Amino acid sequence: MLKKFDLKAPLAVLAELSHRCPLSCAYCSNPVELIQKNKELETKDWLRVIDEAADMGIYQIHFSGGEPTARKDLEEMVEHAHKRKLYTNLITSAVLLTRERLEKLKNLGLEHVQVSFQDSESENANRIGNFKNGHEKKLEVAKWVRELGLPLTINAVMHRQNLHNLENMIKMAKDLDADRLEVANVQYYGWALKNRAAFMPTKDQLEKSMKIVEKARKDLKGILAIDYVLPDYYAKKPKACMGGWGRQFLNIDPEGNVLPCHAAQTLKFFKFDNVKDKSLSWIWENSEPFNKFRGTDWMPSPCKTCDRREIDWGGCRCQALALTGDVGAVDPTCEFSPLHEKIFGSATEESGQEAPEFIYRLISNKEVEPVKK
Amino acid sequence: MKERLLLKSETIPIIPDHVRFEFNEVRKEWVLLAPERALYPDPIATEVLKKCDGKVSIQLIGEDLAKKYKAPVEKIVEDVTKMLQDLADKGFLKEC
Repeated sequence: MLKKFDLKAPLAVLAELSHRCPLSCAYCSNPVELIQKNKELETKDWLRVIDEAADMGIYQIHFSGGEPTARKDLEEMVEHAHKRKLYTNLITSAVLLTRERLEKLKNLGLEHVQVSFQDSESENANRIGNFKNGHEKKLEVAKWVRELGLPLTINAVMHRQNLHNLENMIKMAKDLDADRLEVANVQYYGWALKNRAAFMPTKDQLEKSMKIVEKARKDLKGILAIDYVLPDYYAKKPKACMGGWGRQFLNIDPEGNVLPCHAAQTLKFFKFDNVKDKSLSWIWENSEPFNKFRGTDWMPSPCKTCDRREIDWGGCRCQALALTGDVGAVDPTCEFSPLHEKIFGSATEESGQEAPEFIYRLISNKEVEPVKK
Repeated sequence: MKERLLLKSETIPIIPDHVRFEFNEVRKEWVLLAPERALYPDPIATEVLKKCDGKVSIQLIGEDLAKKYKAPVEKIVEDVTKMLQDLADKGFLKEC
């Protein structure tokens, strides 16, 4: 465990305002059991949490979800966060936004917008998000973002069924005058794990995509910044989950539970503390789930003595649990995990077979039929 | 169409509206806040960034620092340009 006096306040808070979302992407990383509207935190709770975050010295607040614009009180939260000098970021699917609302949010202090895209090609994009005309709407909103003088990040979720369009995605982001493009390879948490075989890219696709990104980074230097992270299933070293468990980030789910990362709901044995019962700073310092995997003392061998222990901080706990059944095990992404070959070998084999149909879902937690063309 | 901003010694740099360079009272540190990023400038970079107010050129910033630290102007201007170019490439700095 980190010693108290070493523990700094987190840098950012991810405020998942609602699990409601008009899209039903088959790779959704939100938990399989979504939180219903009647359980969502009230406005006053969120405003108090924003105060507590600012008092702790947290720098940034990311309004996310689900779809954060599904909350009618988003304006109040943005305004309050800005007043308290938090850097405000809206992470949105964009399809519910009007130009008037976006302009209002900007005037109240919104500083950055991230819009997700499912593909550069409308038909495939709308199939993946299972939302009619979603892609067209996203393009429109992205243009408004820039017209209003807000910086724009495009979040492109990439996988086996759209990686062939990566170059077009980059061009799309450039044409939209985005500042940044996140090439986000699907991560298999929450609902996404159900659809893993439909999304797992082939090795060949990945090698091509890395070359494309490398070239685009050179060609577009100073014009479009491109973030790209090698997907876990093809990596040999794990990534530091959220910059290390309980080190830089905290995540608040729609009903107020505070988690070290947005996927941690899958760690069912934890009792997460809630902002309705405890202050944010108390939770950051004392909450059991945060302290459980903080620092390096909890680590198994060979992590404990590994040179990278303070680089990757033991990787991802949710992945360790989901794939090995043991939350304290070596992240199987790591080549030193005894299960690395077995787990990732079989998963990447899936990419060589025909992609199965997507399993979509709705807020009601039921599986849904795909949108008819 | 946007083009890469290449800084020269006569460029007058300024921190754009969507980037905030400020002192955080709780943490007692200078920070550059940008979309989904927080950068912590070292004391020299902090001094440079304080001067990126849209009023003075990189040349003047360099001359000022050279005087203060009794160092060769040319070298300081070169170092400052390099540091600011890196920020400009990230979109955290523009010209006035």
